[in-house]
Amino acid sequence: MSAAAEDAVTEAPAVEAVPKRAMTLGTGTSLAILAVLLIVPLFVKNFVAFQMTMVMIYGIAVLALNILTGGSGQFSLGQSAFYALGAYTSAVLMEIANVNYALTLPIAGLVSFGAGYLFGKPALRLSGIYLALATFALAVAMPQFLKLHFLEHWTGGVQGLVVIKPDAPFGLPISQDKWLYYFTLAITLAIYVGSVNLLRSRSGRAFMSIRDNEIAASAMGVDVAKYKTLAFGVSAGITGIAGGLSAIVVAFVAPDSYTINLAIALFLGMVVGGVGWLPGSFVGAAFIIYVPNIAESINKGLSGAVFGVLLFIVIFLVPHGARQVAIVAQQLIGKLRK
Amino acid sequence: MTTHAKLRLAAVAAALVALVAASGTALAQKKYDTGASDTEIKIGNIMPYSGPASAYGVIGKTEEAYFKKINAEGGINGRKINFVSYDDAYSPPKAVEQVRKLVESDEVLAVFNPLGTPSNTAIQKYLNSKKTPQLFVATGATKWNDPKNFPWTMGWQPSYQSEAQIYAKYVLKEKPDAKIAVFYQNDDFGKDYLKGLKDGLGAKASMIIIEESYETAEPSIDSHIVKLKASGADVLVNISTPKFAAQSIKKMSEIDWKPMHLLTNVSASVGSVIKPAGFENAQGIISAAYAKDGADPQWDNDPGMKKFFAFLEKYFPEGNKIDGSVVYGYGVAQTLVKVLQMCGDDLTRANVMKQAASLRDFEPDTLLPGVKINTSATDFAPISQLQLMRFKGEKWELFGDIMSGDVTN
Repeated sequence: MSAAAEDAVTEAPAVEAVPKRAMTLGTGTSLAILAVLLIVPLFVKNFVAFQMTMVMIYGIAVLALNILTGGSGQFSLGQSAFYALGAYTSAVLMEIANVNYALTLPIAGLVSFGAGYLFGKPALRLSGIYLALATFALAVAMPQFLKLHFLEHWTGGVQGLVVIKPDAPFGLPISQDKWLYYFTLAITLAIYVGSVNLLRSRSGRAFMSIRDNEIAASAMGVDVAKYKTLAFGVSAGITGIAGGLSAIVVAFVAPDSYTINLAIALFLGMVVGGVGWLPGSFVGAAFIIYVPNIAESINKGLSGAVFGVLLFIVIFLVPHGARQVAIVAQQLIGKLRK
Repeated sequence: MTTHAKLRLAAVAAALVALVAASGTALAQKKYDTGASDTEIKIGNIMPYSGPASAYGVIGKTEEAYFKKINAEGGINGRKINFVSYDDAYSPPKAVEQVRKLVESDEVLAVFNPLGTPSNTAIQKYLNSKKTPQLFVATGATKWNDPKNFPWTMGWQPSYQSEAQIYAKYVLKEKPDAKIAVFYQNDDFGKDYLKGLKDGLGAKASMIIIEESYETAEPSIDSHIVKLKASGADVLVNISTPKFAAQSIKKMSEIDWKPMHLLTNVSASVGSVIKPAGFENAQGIISAAYAKDGADPQWDNDPGMKKFFAFLEKYFPEGNKIDGSVVYGYGVAQTLVKVLQMCGDDLTRANVMKQAASLRDFEPDTLLPGVKINTSATDFAPISQLQLMRFKGEKWELFGDIMSGDVTN
């Protein structure tokens, strides 16, 4: 591990400077994890496959936030709004226009990208916590927007929309859940690889230069306004795809699914996974899905409090989230090799 | 064939017949689906123990305590109830995850009393495709009474539309020339209710001169009340949840507006609505009830409520008897126990639904005298009767007959 990464762990600025290489896992580790993800569903119950699918979907959404915050240094508490937009786009297209579920995803992504890009324009004038507040307003407004009377014909209003769950194609002998698992896995992989490449590209470097020092970035010729809105748009677009996937997998959309709680959960997932560390997004997603269940099994009445304590312990012991755990593990392995 | 051989054949045949008959009766005696056995019946449940609707979590706790009582008293036909209840935080995706866990991982016989219209909508298709009972859902939406399309889903409490129809009947009778103002919460609850009211008024739906909705996110609803008063209406149908109901009662008194005030049963709680709004402001409000009020002294010597109080004391001391949710949880749990008893040794999912659809004049301890649970293969709305009540002094006074507002989907 490079010295720069270690420094980043010991100091703690709001968004620490993560070097490009430290944003991903090594090739060997990645392939090993992929192999596990491919094989495990064959040996587990449908329900577990469903849960793992949900982890991947939330993981994509956390990843999108990570690109925005870890990559370009902007905060957003409004990711649930883009997630909802994607989910509703997919659901409405599937149920009302009878579009194939797989085709709805790029449309959901494009719609959310457009919304994110447009929202990013005025939001540019804001920074830090002010931007967080503006996006917070978006998250609060979204569920009510979905209930609007004149949209009810499409959105089903407060009752939501039930979506038909797709079967495995070509008569493949696997269950709906396992098919959707592999479907989601393929999309997750594509988005993950795409995101890694984006951050390693010229645009990614522009994002990070804005994150590290906006004035320096513009002095170097980076079009700050353009890249900031672009980061917003990309993040919203990926979140929209995650939302669309969730509509297909959960087979139901309703305004109550996309409240501010979801936005906070995604934010939480990013912090727990490690800001700016892309693989951590999936660790964070697993945290927001499984830890409430663990908290509940400890005490039903106080599940919220137990969750809070568990979260506190995690933040206290590993303030940089899963990334810190990974770095420590890597150093340990390195020492053992010597 | 010799006589000897014939005899032997006959004996073998007789033995075979006897064997088949014996095993036949044994099979008829005991039939199990996943989740049931000689010693246990596994029942699943989801509740919002956390999140925006966590106040309802106490229903799940009451049910758990009630099943503890049943188990302590010997269980149901010798089988103990194993009640598995998970938190869905009132979030539909979480509800789907938890219900799938119940069905596929815990392997419960039935999912009982899951709470919330969004959560139940999210799991309805899944449970019906798995042919698993979604029994006695804890929501007043009307759509649960749909045995044709969803034979595995059944409601329990009176639907919002049933209740609204009863108010419509009352207004038509008492004030045929009324100018009605409707104040409702902009969600499934408010809209379902509004539809029931309009259906109940029928051709006279034009009596409604103003409809005003509010969002739960609004900190104050004062401006709505002022607007409603300005409309000149002389009847207010108030379809708001407790916090907003209390605010509206208070505001109406402040601006001195005194129409005939019909308040939804959802907000009829003395402890959480009327008392905070002020008893003096709530005189004359009309509502409807199907369950007894634990805070009302007139039930202190009621045999049913005595059993309820004894249960609270022994098995659920932290439960508050004036909390409507506790009364609710007791009643619905008792109905499930009744259904499971009726199932006898045939604990299949199909039989659970069949028995749940064959309840005849069943009266749980906590329902008003005269309110009876009746179901049939075409009627999946167990409770459809209510009685009107008027607020006087510091409590509700029931008046009139038990009224029925049967609504089919």
